[in-house]
Amino acid sequence: MVSPSNQKFDAIVIGSGISGGWAAKELTERGLKVLLLERGQNVEHVKDYVNALKGPWQVPHRGRDTIDDLVAHPVQRRDYILNESNREWWADEARSPYVETKPFDWFRGYQVGGRSLMWGRQSYRFSDLDFEANAREGIAVDWPIRYADIAPWYDHVERFAGISGSIEGLPQLPDGQFQPPMELNCVEKHVAARIRTAFNDQRRLIIGRTANITEPLQSRVNCQYRAKCWLGCPFGAYFSTQSSTLPAAVATGNLTLQPFAIVTQILYDRDTQRARGVEVLDAETKLTTEYTAKIVFVCASAFNSTWLLMNSATDVWPGGLGSSSGELGHNAMDHHFRVGAHGRVEGFDDRVVYGRRPTGFYIPRFRNLPGSEARDYVRGFGYQGGAGRSGWSREIAELSVGEPLKEALQEPGDWRIGMSAFGETLPYHDNRISLDPTVTDAWGLPVLAMDCSIRENERRMRVDMVNDAMETLEAAGVKDVKPNDGDYTFGRGIHEMGTARMGRDPKTSVLNAHNQVWDAKNVFVTDGACMTSASCVNPSLTYMALTARAADFAVAELKRGNL
Amino acid sequence: MNLTRREAIIKLALLMGASAVGPRLLAGTFGDEAAAGARGILGAKEIELLDELGETIIPATDIPGAKAVGIGAFIAMMVADCYTAEAQDAFKRGLVELARGYGERFGTSFLRGRPADRTTFLNERYAAQRQAGRDRSADGNFTWVQGEPWTWPVPHYLTMLRELTVLGYFTSEVGCTQAFRYLEVPGRFDGDVPYKKGDPLFI
Repeated sequence: MVSPSNQKFDAIVIGSGISGGWAAKELTERGLKVLLLERGQNVEHVKDYVNALKGPWQVPHRGRDTIDDLVAHPVQRRDYILNESNREWWADEARSPYVETKPFDWFRGYQVGGRSLMWGRQSYRFSDLDFEANAREGIAVDWPIRYADIAPWYDHVERFAGISGSIEGLPQLPDGQFQPPMELNCVEKHVAARIRTAFNDQRRLIIGRTANITEPLQSRVNCQYRAKCWLGCPFGAYFSTQSSTLPAAVATGNLTLQPFAIVTQILYDRDTQRARGVEVLDAETKLTTEYTAKIVFVCASAFNSTWLLMNSATDVWPGGLGSSSGELGHNAMDHHFRVGAHGRVEGFDDRVVYGRRPTGFYIPRFRNLPGSEARDYVRGFGYQGGAGRSGWSREIAELSVGEPLKEALQEPGDWRIGMSAFGETLPYHDNRISLDPTVTDAWGLPVLAMDCSIRENERRMRVDMVNDAMETLEAAGVKDVKPNDGDYTFGRGIHEMGTARMGRDPKTSVLNAHNQVWDAKNVFVTDGACMTSASCVNPSLTYMALTARAADFAVAELKRGNL
Repeated sequence: MNLTRREAIIKLALLMGASAVGPRLLAGTFGDEAAAGARGILGAKEIELLDELGETIIPATDIPGAKAVGIGAFIAMMVADCYTAEAQDAFKRGLVELARGYGERFGTSFLRGRPADRTTFLNERYAAQRQAGRDRSADGNFTWVQGEPWTWPVPHYLTMLRELTVLGYFTSEVGCTQAFRYLEVPGRFDGDVPYKKGDPLFI
């Protein structure tokens, strides 16, 4: 039985991760009464970071996976994310299954803050090289926006979220409103200088641009170099919903946050051709409630946002709300990775570092830039890596047991440097997700089936991703350079994107240039689902900027009486 | 304006409800927690043997060794929680084999053996294992290739013994704060710090 809520809201935001937190902040600050719905439990800033201050000796298995954890997490165990110190923050696979029509790693965060609590924090701007690529190459559809449309919004979100980074003047990686950069260590500086010379500044190693603050911001304390971000930061030094956007939204007095609220469908009114609200299933009591609002922001994470659209207004469109173009669920993307190179650096045995820096270095894209030699694939990749001395866990084969082993392991080992490429995945129409009505989750809801794979363009790119890494490190004088040629499964980049793309034409896209659903203009989708192409840079900063931009537009449209 | 480390810790303590303020907090340590039970895979006698084996691998020097950090109980817990029944059996059999082998070589039990003899014995065993080319056998980190069945490696018991001893020791409070300088709140980053052999290493 569905009972209507007697609470009145101007806007409903679905999902409280990076995008939903931004939507809630921007809408409440513009005076709207906002209901922020989150399917999972609440996580209170600082108070609920229960493992954040534990020393290594207070982590029972010291970071090793237990058999029980491995058995209980058949998806999470495929990658580094399974961790006894924060496993409550990754979605319960048994209660929330999905179907792998083709192999797909789906790592979800179902709690207030979503994956903003555990994200990698690398924050880069897209450039016009990215926004123009589809049109230039005749791939998929053109982005309906250009860099100039989003640049002021990048400024806005960078200033508030706090992104540290260096000014580089690279057209393919636009500079932003950065806090002072973190520091490359001595070996990274040495390698950076060698690379710059060897490649005539056509390849550049820079410090990672990261959502860790290096100066105090709002009530947040600058980074203390603990590198335990994924456990929650008691200093609020990295951007998360909890540290940044949620307190701002709460401060307006206009926010109502409701955890354990699974939105099962957007309620669509045929007469007005608008959404009138949402239906919410209480994850604990399983009671259903309807909430109404003037606008709805869908920020449930890329594929769950599309799931919600597919599950809505099916009496009007069998494929769901936003499916009139036939593109809903299609053009799924990720960043393919797990290839690169590593080696040993000589000459710095008398140097170590102090502090645990929560970012590595970045080598911006240098392939297929305007004016450079065309490769046998389109688009490109960037590298993320780091240098450091190997520690006590290294193998010292010649020393078996006893005092010599103990003393040797107390000394730092070799300086090692390694880097891994993140490559752009093209938006293929038949890389798709769909509802599988034969499999349901713990709440009886149909689940998603994933049917996605990388193709020839990505496979060719991966050859360069390995070879260029080796060439770059060797040119910098790195010794014993070896390739990393790891396996990649779609989704493993945890940068799933697309399936409700923006475009210029309602016949070929789901959303317009302001993230409005063509089929219901008071519904906005502003998370990764909206992406028209993937670039090779980490996408979260772009979700923040698109969300803030769409929220500003939505409120203006409300005031103009258009919504 | 950046905070000093001390200011940051005090701010942190306030954020955390000031329940943890005190000299230990400022020293960067937060007390130890008792190891979880070993679920009966390895018993008291085996834990006693593991303490001595661990102490032979990481002996007390100017700082405590593996026995002082309770390495036997730690290994017993890890074997119970992080390894399959097959690996657990192999490890148990390995301990029996080590005890038997020591008795045959030195005419007394490992527990009563002289430290120098224990070191000789284990070094011989590890040398023999290396000779057999098994030193690089599975290390307890599970890997999975998409589309292939999930496999559960069974590491060699000598590999398990040394790895778990090294892991347990260097991640213990003694290891972190005496073998190394672990700071809960470093407060800043310096990427170029002079180092000479013997300096305590920041981790």
